[in-house]
Amino acid sequence: MIHINALTKSFGSFKALDNISLNFAKGRTVSLLGPNGSGKTTLIKSILGLVIPDKGTISINDKQIGNDWQYRSHIGYMPQIGRYPENMTIGQVIKMIKDIRKDNVQYDEELITQLGVDKISSKTMRSLSGGTRQKVSACLAFLFSPGILILDEPTAGLDPLASEILKDKIIQECNKGKLVLITSHILSDLDGITNDVVYLQDGKLIFYKSVDELQHMTSETKLNKMIASVMRNEHAKTAHV
Amino acid sequence: MPRLIITILFIFFVFNGNAKTIVVRADKANAIKNALAYCADGDTLTIEKGLYKEQDILVSKRITILGKDYPVIDGVKKGQLIVVVRDSVTISGLQLQNTGRSSMTDMAAIRLQNVKSVSVTNNKLVNNTYGVYLQNSHYCLVYKNTIKADAKDELNSGNGIHAWKSTHLLLQSNNISGHRDGIYFEFVTDSRIINNTSTENIRYGLHFMFSHKDVYTHNSFINNGSGVAVMYSKQVEMYYNTFRHNWGDASYAILLKEIADSKIEHNLFDKNTVGIYMEGTSRIQVLYNEFVENGWAMRVQSSCDNNVFEKNNFLSNSFDVATNGTMMLNTFNNNYWDKYDGYDLDKNKVGDVPYYPVSMYSVVTERVPTAMILYRSFLTDIMNRVEKVMPSIVPDKLKDDNPLMKSLKLR
Amino acid sequence: MKTIMKYVVADLIRNKVIVVYAIILAVLSFSVLSIDENPAKGLLSLLNVTLLFVPLISILFATIYYFNSIEFIELLLAQPVRRNKVLLAEYAGLTISLSLAYLLGVGLPVMIISPNLAAITLLMSGFLLTLIFTAIALLIFVLFKDKTKGIGAAIAAAMFFTLLFDGLLLIFIYSFNEYPIDKAVLGITAFNPVDLARILMLLQLDVAVLMGYSGALFKKFLGTGTGSVYVVVCMLFWVLLPLLLSVRVFRKKDL
Repeated sequence: MIHINALTKSFGSFKALDNISLNFAKGRTVSLLGPNGSGKTTLIKSILGLVIPDKGTISINDKQIGNDWQYRSHIGYMPQIGRYPENMTIGQVIKMIKDIRKDNVQYDEELITQLGVDKISSKTMRSLSGGTRQKVSACLAFLFSPGILILDEPTAGLDPLASEILKDKIIQECNKGKLVLITSHILSDLDGITNDVVYLQDGKLIFYKSVDELQHMTSETKLNKMIASVMRNEHAKTAHV
Repeated sequence: MPRLIITILFIFFVFNGNAKTIVVRADKANAIKNALAYCADGDTLTIEKGLYKEQDILVSKRITILGKDYPVIDGVKKGQLIVVVRDSVTISGLQLQNTGRSSMTDMAAIRLQNVKSVSVTNNKLVNNTYGVYLQNSHYCLVYKNTIKADAKDELNSGNGIHAWKSTHLLLQSNNISGHRDGIYFEFVTDSRIINNTSTENIRYGLHFMFSHKDVYTHNSFINNGSGVAVMYSKQVEMYYNTFRHNWGDASYAILLKEIADSKIEHNLFDKNTVGIYMEGTSRIQVLYNEFVENGWAMRVQSSCDNNVFEKNNFLSNSFDVATNGTMMLNTFNNNYWDKYDGYDLDKNKVGDVPYYPVSMYSVVTERVPTAMILYRSFLTDIMNRVEKVMPSIVPDKLKDDNPLMKSLKLR
Repeated sequence: MKTIMKYVVADLIRNKVIVVYAIILAVLSFSVLSIDENPAKGLLSLLNVTLLFVPLISILFATIYYFNSIEFIELLLAQPVRRNKVLLAEYAGLTISLSLAYLLGVGLPVMIISPNLAAITLLMSGFLLTLIFTAIALLIFVLFKDKTKGIGAAIAAAMFFTLLFDGLLLIFIYSFNEYPIDKAVLGITAFNPVDLARILMLLQLDVAVLMGYSGALFKKFLGTGTGSVYVVVCMLFWVLLPLLLSVRVFRKKDL
């Protein structure tokens, strides 16, 4: 569904992405992992067209994204920090995004009711807590039931209940054959929902493996243990060389 | 005054018992000239409606010429039209047009030559080099004439009403436009100019030199090339006139040059480049005038002395007063200046601190005209304020010690 | 683009700063115009307010607003819309709100108390200045990554155009006074939108005095309608140029 080929991006002398090639297929949930500044957000933003890569190409549904902007109608994006115009109400924000994506008339409002966002739709964005804003962001991402969902730290500010609702939703959508890209620091939150893991460091791809493979390699059951184990081995390898 | 003259003329006619009336039609060439030959003193010549192509019609008898429905006397751009050389002639109700143009003689529609008590009333003068030309004439009346031309430049044009070496004239309710000067006086004394309108003349709306003891009231001088020029005269009185929209780099509502012992009162100066420009003037009283939206309300050159400026309103002028030196021998007192921002603690309706009408920036632009482009900017605002606190380039003698807090009701 | 603009305006007209800006302008205008018996004098005070505060408030508020909206802009850009549409919609929304505040704050009192050509010219200058300085703020936003630096640049730009530029111009005029510099000076003023706005007003209030200078240029050029047309066209360029530049830079900008 998404083909990334030799993607490179520098900010000044800092290499955010260094020759990254990846393929994401539909019906998978892919976790993008790595320490701060490893290039996760840059990768997401490149796919969204927010960051313009120096080299390499990204194709979505076999169409290369260049100056094209229509491909984004296949994407639902939930940003890490949701900040909205202060005096707009939740209802207005949702209405506005609906107005912008006029091409879509089938709305998936399941999350809105599940998270209780519909009950507070007349509240202004200024009065909301960070968690509530995250809920709004999540609702917006799923609203158009797009083929690709990109979620940047989705569970960071959410309460446990909302977090569970969101996870269930992710699994449900993935089973419907959608591609879900997630970045998260909280690896335990990814347990049970992620199929594949992409690990980036200093802009380089360290590995891209399915959870089954990792389990097999490390004989661990928890994602954070698996990653830790793999990283230890990687370090050991580089040390030997 | 006009009524008086008309009354005198009327009495004169009543006692002239055996007068006859001669009627002229436009059926033959030189019809008017031929008819005049039959006229005797005291007769009336009635000219019927029609077109008369005649020039240099000499009126040498004491007659009344009356036009019926404005007969047209057309000079076909050759010579003059009517020349009056006899006293007590009346010319009324004619349309006179197209005099010739010559550099030798001043071609006029009506020329009064060495006469007394002639009246020229209710005529239409169109496209003549000179309109009414009074030469060494006295006690004459020019009343309710429309004098219109289409002059293009100063050299090839003449004046609407031109008076030379005359006395006791009355010019009233005439409408003059498109000449070189609307009204021109040279060596004319004891005369009155009342309620005339002089507009769109290419040089001056009113221009006089060496003309003393004349009175100008209730006239309007609008949109003339250079406004009004008053030079080398004494005891001139100007009341209730309107000077409006005289624009240009050499344009003044009134230019006063070498004038003394005169009065300028109750006039309105509206939207002129310069309201009053004075040079070498002495003992003039400028009272109760209103200066509105002029570039400079007044330019008082340092060659002026003992002039008094009192009880005038200065409203929305770009600059109130400009001068070329630091000397000031004139008195400004009790005027209303809308730019004054002093206070009146004792509530006597007079500001407690003097007003300095020459602004710092007007001095700057006097020296560096291009700096005008920065006028009213924040920067020049600061400069003006600094100057107010520490005056350094503004002439400090030029001030109004008793500026009024409220504008005067003058109109 | 209209959709986004509509929502931006809806948000901004409930913004406290905008509301306070409009109210302060209204109070100021009403008091200035009614205290003085001569409304023309009040108009002059409002001209000073317009020339000083409109650029400053517009550029500062706009810069802060753009930088604060950066996450929202990101969210919008993740939707299927063109980049330049999002940017121009943000600009249009902001400009409409600020202009509305100005036109209500100054325009309403002026049109009630002394409606005339000079008043309309004043409103026109204020409106154009709002358009221009919101556009300059947009350029600052796309050029700077950092909010603090951006605000610094906005303040510097406002100071430059309201004061420093005129100071330099005055020095230039003084030093080259001997030469025929009328044309040059007129050309230079085109580089400062605040000067242009002021000249537009001068052409209304001080034509008489401008006609008094022997400089044929002032007379021919500024005394006629061409002067006003020239000034307005220059000001429109001042709106378009920063906008076009912003769009160009923004096309390649990483968020």
